[in-house]
Formats: sequence, C-alpha cells, structure tokens
Amino acid sequence: MRLERRHETSRTALLLAPVGAVGFTLLVSALLVLWAGAPVGRTYALLLQGGFGSVFAWSETLTRATPLILTGLAATVAFKARLFNIGAEGQFYGGALAAVAVGGLHGGTGFTLPPWLLFPLMMAAAACVGALLLLGPALMKNKLGVDEVVTTLLMNFIVLLAVSALLDGPMKDPTAMGWPQSVSLQPELELSRMVAQTRVHTGLLWAGALAGLAWVLFKYTVAGFDIRALGANARAAAFAGVPVTRTMVLVALISGALAGLAGAIEVAGRTSYVTLDLSPGYGYSGIVIAMLAGLHPLGVLAAGVFVAGVQVGADTMSRAIGVPTYIADVIVAASLIAVLVATLLTQYRVRWK
Amino acid sequence: MNDWADILVNQAFWVAVLRIATPLIFGTLGVLLCERAGVLNLGIEGIMVAGAFAGWLAVYAGAPLWAGVAVAALTGAVFGLLHALLTVGLALSQHVSGLGITLLATALSYYGYRVSFPKVNTPPTVAPFAPMEWLAIPVLDAQTPLTLLALLLVPLLAYVLQRTPLGLALRMVGENPQAAEGQGVSVAAVRTGAIVAGSALMGVAGAFLTLSAFNAFFFNMVNGRGWICVALVVFASWRPGKALLGALLFAFFDALQLRLQQSGDALLPYQLYLMLPYVLSIVALVLVARKAGYPQALMKPYRKGER
Repeated sequence: MRLERRHETSRTALLLAPVGAVGFTLLVSALLVLWAGAPVGRTYALLLQGGFGSVFAWSETLTRATPLILTGLAATVAFKARLFNIGAEGQFYGGALAAVAVGGLHGGTGFTLPPWLLFPLMMAAAACVGALLLLGPALMKNKLGVDEVVTTLLMNFIVLLAVSALLDGPMKDPTAMGWPQSVSLQPELELSRMVAQTRVHTGLLWAGALAGLAWVLFKYTVAGFDIRALGANARAAAFAGVPVTRTMVLVALISGALAGLAGAIEVAGRTSYVTLDLSPGYGYSGIVIAMLAGLHPLGVLAAGVFVAGVQVGADTMSRAIGVPTYIADVIVAASLIAVLVATLLTQYRVRWK
Repeated sequence: MNDWADILVNQAFWVAVLRIATPLIFGTLGVLLCERAGVLNLGIEGIMVAGAFAGWLAVYAGAPLWAGVAVAALTGAVFGLLHALLTVGLALSQHVSGLGITLLATALSYYGYRVSFPKVNTPPTVAPFAPMEWLAIPVLDAQTPLTLLALLLVPLLAYVLQRTPLGLALRMVGENPQAAEGQGVSVAAVRTGAIVAGSALMGVAGAFLTLSAFNAFFFNMVNGRGWICVALVVFASWRPGKALLGALLFAFFDALQLRLQQSGDALLPYQLYLMLPYVLSIVALVLVARKAGYPQALMKPYRKGER
C-alpha cells in the first residue's frame, strides 16, 4: 500500500469529505444501536430531534456548544503551532475556579468592587490561570525537549486534584450540605440569558467573537503567520527568522487563556459555582472539534455545534429509547478518525500494489 | 519518622508495590515496543480500558480466566491494527490518531458496558486470579500469575530487542527506516507488527485491573495509568530493564502515598498525596530530558521512496 499525492484537490471533494465521513460513522454506529436492540431509524431520528429538532433542542445544543467552541479554539491555536495541548481540561477547571475566587461570594461577601470592574477582572484571572497552566509545559518542551503531550495530560490530573482539594477546603461553600461545591458567583457577574426560558447565555457571543478574532489573528497578523510557519516547519521557520521561543510562548498563553475563559464562561453562564462534574470532558472534546474543523477557527463554530448537538440529542434519545448516551462519544470519536482519513484521501490516492 | 520505618518493613507494603507496578509494566513494555519501532501510541489509555472491559466481559460470560486475558490482548491488537493503518499506512498524525483511538476505545467500552448491564447499581463481579501461594518466594507468592508473566516479559523483550534479527529490524525501522528498507526490511510490516504486539500488551495491562487487581469493571478505573506508561518509557530511555525499574519506582511512591494517606494525621488534604505520582512523573521527565535518547525516527511517518 502506497500513498501518491494528487496533482490537485477538488473543492467539492474537500467539502464532501466531512459529510461522507460523518455518514460513514453513522452507518457503523448503526451496528451498535442494533446491538442495544433499538430500531436504528427511530434512534437516529430521536437523536436528531433532541439535538436540533426544536427551539428548546437548539437552545440546549447552543448552551452545550459554548464551552466546546472555546476549548476547540484552544486546541486549534495550539495545534496550529504543533504544540499538542491536551491539558485544556485542567485549564478549563483552573479558569473556572479562578473566576469564582475573584467574583465569588465568600461567606456572603465578595470583593466589594462594582460589577463593571469586577467582571473584567474575573475573566482576566481565569484567562491568566489557564495561560499559566500551559506555559510550564510549553517552556519545558521548548527548553528541555520534554514532550508536551505527556506533561499536559498529567497536569490535568494534578489540576483536578487541586480543584478537589480547594473545593473541600478554602473554596468550599459552607451552605452546600457537605457537598464539594465552591461558593457561588456574585449574581451581578452572571451572564444574561439570550432567549427567555432557555439556558442560552451571552457566553455564546463571546465564543463567536473569539473565533472571529482567532481567524483574524491567523489570516491578517504577523504573529498569526509566525504561528502557522512554526507549525508547518519549525526548522524552516527558525531559519526564516521567526522568533521560535517567543511564538511558542504566545501560542501557549493564547491557547491556555481560551481554555481558562471557557471555564469562567461556563460558570458565569450556566452553573454559577464549580463542582467536580462541571465539565464532562470539554477539554478532550475540544481536541476532536479542532480536528473536525481542520484547525480552522470558523470551522470550530460548526464542529462545536455538531458535537454539542450529538451529545444533547443522545441524552434525549437515551431517555426515550434506552440506547446508552455513550453512543454520542462513539459517534464523535469515530467521526474524528473518519474525517482525518477522508481529508487525507482528498489529497492522496492510495495505490495497492 | 517511625511511621515510615513501619511502612517500609511491612511485607504488605511491598506486595502492594508489586501489584501496582504490574499493569504499568505491561503498559510500559507495550509503549516501548511501539516507540522503538518509531510510532507513538497514545491509544494506550483507551486500549487499557477496552482490554479491561473485554477481558472481564469474556470471563463474566463464562470463559476461563486465561481466555479472558487472551480476549483482552486480542482487543488491544485490533485497536493497534487500526492505529497502524492510520499512522503507518496512511501516515496520519500519530498524536491525533492515538488520541482518537483512546476516545473511541473508551467510548466503545463504556457503551458496551451499559448495553450489557443497563440497570445495575453494584457492578457485577467475577472470580479473579488467585495468588500463587505455591510459590516459595515472599511478596511474589501474594501476587497472581499475571504479575509473574509481566516480570518474565521484561528479560524476554530485552533479549528479543537486543539479540535477535527481529529485534534488530524493529530497532532499525525506529532509528533509520531508509536504511532498514535498504536492507530489505519492510518498514510498514515491522512497524505494524510492533504496534499490534505492543497494543496487545496494553490490552493485557487493562485486563490485569479487572481480572486480578479488582474483580469488576468500573468507569474511570484506568485513571491515567496509560499516560503514566508513556512518561515511564521516556524515563526508561526505551530500555525494558529500566522500564521495570521505573514502574517499580512509580509503584513504590504510589503505594507510599496510599499508606501515608491512611496513617496520615490529616494535616494535608488527601488530594495532595494522590497528586504525588503525577507530579513525580513530570519531575522524572524533566530530569531525564537532557539525555533522553529518543528513537531517531519516532513520530516521523515513513513513505517509501520519499526522503
């Protein structure tokens, strides 16, 4: 088996690749639905309906998509520079906790700053904590050659345990009946609802705006060019005068900050406090979303909504028909692999010989 | 200080060390095989989950224990084959393919568990491997045959890698695939074989958890052990003997933190103890970073005829 580069890649093939890949995934997942003893057509219909079939479904999907878009952007920025940040989950929790530390009600009183000042401080704290959590692994990679995949993965466990310790100790809400739960955010700092009677909050606008900013960064700025050059060929980039260490640090700060903001926005928009189940793996899903989007910031918006819709839809479907919700994780993971293969096949031809 | 001495002379402590080390030995050897052939395998975390689930399910369905281990190995091998197809055949990013396999294998296992046991509050159990009481070696006589297998695999793998033509071919494709191809070695075949074999070991590492250390399958039971194995291989400079040492050292600290946590006067939050093994792994990575002898072709896809 040998790969041969195609002379040109057709635009149609490039657009059809993800569609075909997702279709293939759904076909394979149908076998799993059959294993669970459920009718395939009805299962998928319920899943689609639960994720995208009504105003309520859309509102839940967009609520779920908000943190996913942000962690997806975090992965996109990092992966573009070949900094494999797998630590978004930890950075997410770090940001969430920092937000509560700055903007929380501590024993009924918090910082007595006016909300218009406290809100930016809260977001900045979350972004800083996220950024700093990734700075260490990025510097270790750059200066010592320590593989960042392993360090960021291990950092996730360390951060989660630290969060757990803080929720048992200094950050614990004394009124939470012994449950490990942080103090609540000051009500004035919470993000407002965009549609009445739903949970969609203005965090979605933040996510959209940040995706746009990331797109501008890559397309129109020197720093964005440096990041892309570093990812395409680090040696050539260094030779051409790209400041490698500085760019790597910048990437780490942006990526970590985005993941930290995801945590803060999730707290400010949805829960108003931190628990240990705040994120059902948003950090890891972000990687899938970035890859599904082909590392394109605007593609992340679509991929984020897709993944959120599958997850929300699977919840509804599971309640109705009993197929385990884990089918959503299977579909998302399998689509990742299928999309990678499909994209490759638009650029290469496989020769069997 | 007396506490510490008490812990260290206690035989039960060393039994725990060896028990904790066993899945790490299997997993580390698995990662080592893949990486010596030049392929990073981040699928390990998910493959361990899949091995743990599939092996346990087979035994639960009535298969003998060793058949369960074989099922786990086979499950690992299947995911390994997928990883090989993606990274060797299609030359996709080894990072992304590995992570994709971890997500897929984990999701499939959890899905399979929920389909098989839709409504259970207490996880169903099997009769796990019994300790080898017939063995007259202290500490080892409290372990199950899987631990013995892990310990025997270390010299075997070292021998195969260093002293056999197969091992030479495997190391060559990991160091200099062009040269290997020039010698008539098929890079694709050797790499695929190494990934499949390594992933089978990862599957067994998972099966140890459900068929020996515990007797049931839980969600999150692998809990980062796979990632630890990836770190241990770097720490071990890609050598089986040092991998054993690294796994034992890691298990020592893990067992120690468990004891300290139990005997602890609750001065520190228990989470700090749990953090210790992960922190130590990062410290170990930093310490060996300067002299780490990465296989030269690690993470470099090889395309025949391209330079």
